[in-house]
Amino acid sequence: MNNSLKDWVDITSGVNVRKCMRCGKCSATCPSYDEMEYHPHQFVYMVEKGDIEPLMKSDSLYRCLTCFACVERCPRNVEPAKVVEAVRLAAVRKQGNNHLIPDQIPTMLDDDLPQQAIVTAFRKYTK
Amino acid sequence: METFTYYPGCTLRTKAKDLDKYARASAEALGICLEEPAEWQCCGGAYTTAANEPATKLSAVRTLNVAKELGRPLITVCSACHNVIKQTNYDISRNEAMQTKVNNYLGLEEPYRGETTIYHYLEMLRDVVGFDKLAEKVVNPLTGKKIAAYYGCLLLRPSKAMAMDDPENPTIMEDFIRAIGGTPVIWAQRNECCGGYITMEDKAQASKRSNAVMDNAEDMGAEMVITACPLCLYNLEKNSDSTLPVYYFTELLAEALGVKEAADNE
Ligand code: SF4
Ligand code: SF4
Ligand code: SF4
Ligand code: SF4
Repeated sequence: MNNSLKDWVDITSGVNVRKCMRCGKCSATCPSYDEMEYHPHQFVYMVEKGDIEPLMKSDSLYRCLTCFACVERCPRNVEPAKVVEAVRLAAVRKQGNNHLIPDQIPTMLDDDLPQQAIVTAFRKYTK
Repeated sequence: METFTYYPGCTLRTKAKDLDKYARASAEALGICLEEPAEWQCCGGAYTTAANEPATKLSAVRTLNVAKELGRPLITVCSACHNVIKQTNYDISRNEAMQTKVNNYLGLEEPYRGETTIYHYLEMLRDVVGFDKLAEKVVNPLTGKKIAAYYGCLLLRPSKAMAMDDPENPTIMEDFIRAIGGTPVIWAQRNECCGGYITMEDKAQASKRSNAVMDNAEDMGAEMVITACPLCLYNLEKNSDSTLPVYYFTELLAEALGVKEAADNE
């Protein structure tokens, strides 16, 4: 278990993962459930155990839509999306780990794509 | 005429000009003056929930502080801008460490502590104009039109910061539809995500979400869908197979108020 990584994730998320009662409601309401290898309740549980490396390597980090459904609907106010965000930041802030690079952008554009999509993706996928 | 500070955001200046143009024309017809500050920056598109990331909050705080200095509430239209600005304000007014860091960085003459009042345009219609007063000003009611209000995620959540409406059973957009003479359709997917920025990462996932939303609106008998978000509009139109039209709520408003054509010709 990597204590300094766990501490960083806890501080960055601002979430007390020990409040989770494992009801699974966050994962049940997650619109990205099928696309995520680790579901929101697993992010919470695995961060509690300090088992963070598998999460950092998983594509699940880039599948969360930041829709805040899990935040709104968790009966214990755990706010799982903040845990996902903290682990994603832990992954992308490492040198060379940006998930989206500017050179990729031109191939993704079409005439109607709003700027909002691009700035949001940069904020989510890069550091 | 009541004056407000108006924040259009970057997308309303480019791909979502209609959302902006009809918002301005309708406000004028309702006796509301929207004043855009001389300088503003893109809000960044997404609120970063990280507790130790003050840099991502700076542009929103700059906007909030400009509104504070002008001494008027701030009006937003884009759901995403509204979400970022509102969540930032919620955070900055409660999180002292964040407040200190941001203020140290910005070096404002007077620190910003969350003083600005923020209204989404829909809230302005409800709380400043009043839906009953709006109804009185309607000249082209959308009588008989079955309209599905699409909230998406960002207008309502997280509700403790957004505080716009009941996050699971909202009424503000349905009341708006009634005020302009239409008939609101109530449907389950109205506050579920369209896929948002995942369209950049995985088109299949974006299509799956957008189809789920549009299929539900169709099943419930909607003739059109309305939104406040340029990215919702893009996803629902481009990433779904549905032919149901999707409009910005401001376009229907301008139409109902009889100012759409004039706005189009400007
Ligand atoms: S914020 Fe992310 S993890 Fe939470 S419900 Fe939405 S997509 Fe799922
Ligand atoms: S909804 Fe909340 S309490 Fe339930 S599993 Fe998810 S995080 Fe834990
Ligand atoms: S939400 Fe979007 S459009 Fe609005 S300013 Fe921010 S990024 Fe730009
Ligand atoms: S519904 Fe879609 S674009 Fe709209 S707010 Fe949610 S993710 Fe964003």
